Amino acid sequence: MTPFTTVTGAAAPLMQPNIDTDVIIPIHRLTGTARETMGQFAFEPLRYGADGAENPDFILNRPAFRGAPILIAGANFGCGSSREGAVWALRGVGLRCVIAEGFGDIFQGNCYQNGMLPVTLSARTVEELARQAVQGAPFTVDLINRMVISPGGTSYPFDIPPLRREALLEGLDELAQTRKRLAEITTWQERDQETRPWVWRHLPQATKEGST
Amino acid sequence: MATLLDKLWDPHVIADLGDGWWLLHVDRVLLHDLSGWRAMEEMRSRGLAAAAPKLAFATPDHAVSTAPGRRGDSYGPGEKLWSGLRDGAARNGIDFFDLGQIGQGIVHVMGPEMGITLPGTTLVCGDSHTCTNGGLGALAFGIGSTELVHVLATQVLRQRKPRAMRVRFEGRPGPGVSPKDLVLHLVGRIGADGGTGHAVEFAGEAIRALPVEGRMTICNMAIELGAKMGFVAPDETTFAYIAGRPYAPQGEMFERAVAAWRDLVSDEDAVFDREVVIDASAVAPTVSWGTSPEHTIAIDAAIPAPEQAPDADRRAAWGKALDYMGLDAGRPIAGTPVDWVFIGSCTNSRIGDLREAAAVARGRKVAPGVRAWIVPGSEAVKRQAEAEGLDAVFLGAGFEWREPGCSLCVAANGERVPEGARCASTSNRNFVGRQGPGARTHLMGPAMAAAAAVTGTLTDVRRLGA
Repeated sequence: MTPFTTVTGAAAPLMQPNIDTDVIIPIHRLTGTARETMGQFAFEPLRYGADGAENPDFILNRPAFRGAPILIAGANFGCGSSREGAVWALRGVGLRCVIAEGFGDIFQGNCYQNGMLPVTLSARTVEELARQAVQGAPFTVDLINRMVISPGGTSYPFDIPPLRREALLEGLDELAQTRKRLAEITTWQERDQETRPWVWRHLPQATKEGST
Repeated sequence: MATLLDKLWDPHVIADLGDGWWLLHVDRVLLHDLSGWRAMEEMRSRGLAAAAPKLAFATPDHAVSTAPGRRGDSYGPGEKLWSGLRDGAARNGIDFFDLGQIGQGIVHVMGPEMGITLPGTTLVCGDSHTCTNGGLGALAFGIGSTELVHVLATQVLRQRKPRAMRVRFEGRPGPGVSPKDLVLHLVGRIGADGGTGHAVEFAGEAIRALPVEGRMTICNMAIELGAKMGFVAPDETTFAYIAGRPYAPQGEMFERAVAAWRDLVSDEDAVFDREVVIDASAVAPTVSWGTSPEHTIAIDAAIPAPEQAPDADRRAAWGKALDYMGLDAGRPIAGTPVDWVFIGSCTNSRIGDLREAAAVARGRKVAPGVRAWIVPGSEAVKRQAEAEGLDAVFLGAGFEWREPGCSLCVAANGERVPEGARCASTSNRNFVGRQGPGARTHLMGPAMAAAAAVTGTLTDVRRLGA
């Protein structure tokens, strides 16, 4: 996973609440598109008109925000479907960080799996940042010090679970981390097969005459 | 003083990772062709094998055609997903339920009906509506593709324990009011992020009185509250539902399981981080008017105006939603003409849903100019409905009777509501473009959708009489 330490650049304000992952990447783009090329379809319903031409009013189409690494979004960003393609599409247009009052839980988890930093701040702070972002002046998001620094130099501290912060800073692969614990997992499973045998299909006593 | 969340979560903890994070055992994995296929491909390319293949189950649902006579390759772009899932399952020793077999269907319909979903189990799937399985008292939640590979390869996940929330539906709903109405009302009341960061236990008199299927309808939409997990404490209704299902424990082992499952209730003195009480007797048949599941109103209400929105961002969002939906604020929502009707999805495609819809359709005709689809949730539901003659009722009324799958709920299989067309739908999401680019979705229960089909407009089913 790509590590995240600090990012500096334009922050695109997209303050509509409840932007769902269907809008971030439409479903029909998930079946035939490679993960690396999903960026072209990010925000497709907002970014392009029905004729396929770019919608000049959409924030990421404006010259100041093309390739912006930061998005300032309305509440409940990334709600809805669990599709990880939403994060791949955002990464594909160059985004590394989304700042919002709150995120869809599954989307937020997917961000952490892909080197994307979700920053949660109060509604009031997000509004304040969005106002300062409209001209495209650069913000810095500093994960080391857990700060968003506005173009005017004001610092806004944010919280992030320490485990998630460490994984992002180091670019850690969760699976590699977990595989160090395989012995612990096996021990747990052996005990569980005695306490909850009905959960374990391969145990002959868990099914009637091995009917499954 | 433990909550049901504690009783579902804590027994699955393998290790404390610190700061509220846990290494959690996963008892069941459901795989479908959209995310499961991708996970299988990723596993193959990384040389990984399933750690516990007998705890995983696969079936195609998203990208397969639901046209009568369909095959795995009927929808071209879905062919590699279907065959990739099938081959990946075979490679890993995972049971795969193919088209035409009992077990094929929408994963969240299949899991419970096959006895795979059990109370007290942790269950995941690369699908946000995995919370549906919580209707049986499972801790079930959706995950992304990377986490899906993680769980297949290790049988565990790193998870933060959510906060505990309880929603109590007190009183009994009136005639014509379905579980879908209760949950649409709830999302409208507390918002699409009303449950974010929480696991929601649904409780109260109205929930206890529901069959398991209705509980699943309500748990299905926990994610539309922002909660990735929703569940109902298992009870005698649940145990009776599970008894005898193909993968459920049998005989003495079933009795032993039930004895353990009886403890899966929130203690009397349990403390919740958030509690919401809804008077079920005051809920009317409910429909969505906009582009978020929180945009819901009673069928006898007027379409709201942006000026009524609680804040500036929502005012703007409501305006955009009305534009997208082609609706005028202030007019009654009832009477709005529809072009399409979709009865199906992991929210409302089980046999009880089809019976409710058929009761309205019986002896009536689909209104001229309306296209109405019935998509049963699974092969088992389809066969049961046909045994009861429901297919004949629908076909006689002018509905189309199709094969099991996700179909128009998610439009991942080439089946779409055309641009600008208005659809009365029993699915769970009215997002922009969800049923196809430019499609306009109104969410509602199955009887309400059938009423829309036979009248050609959004209609209060209570006025029809079933």
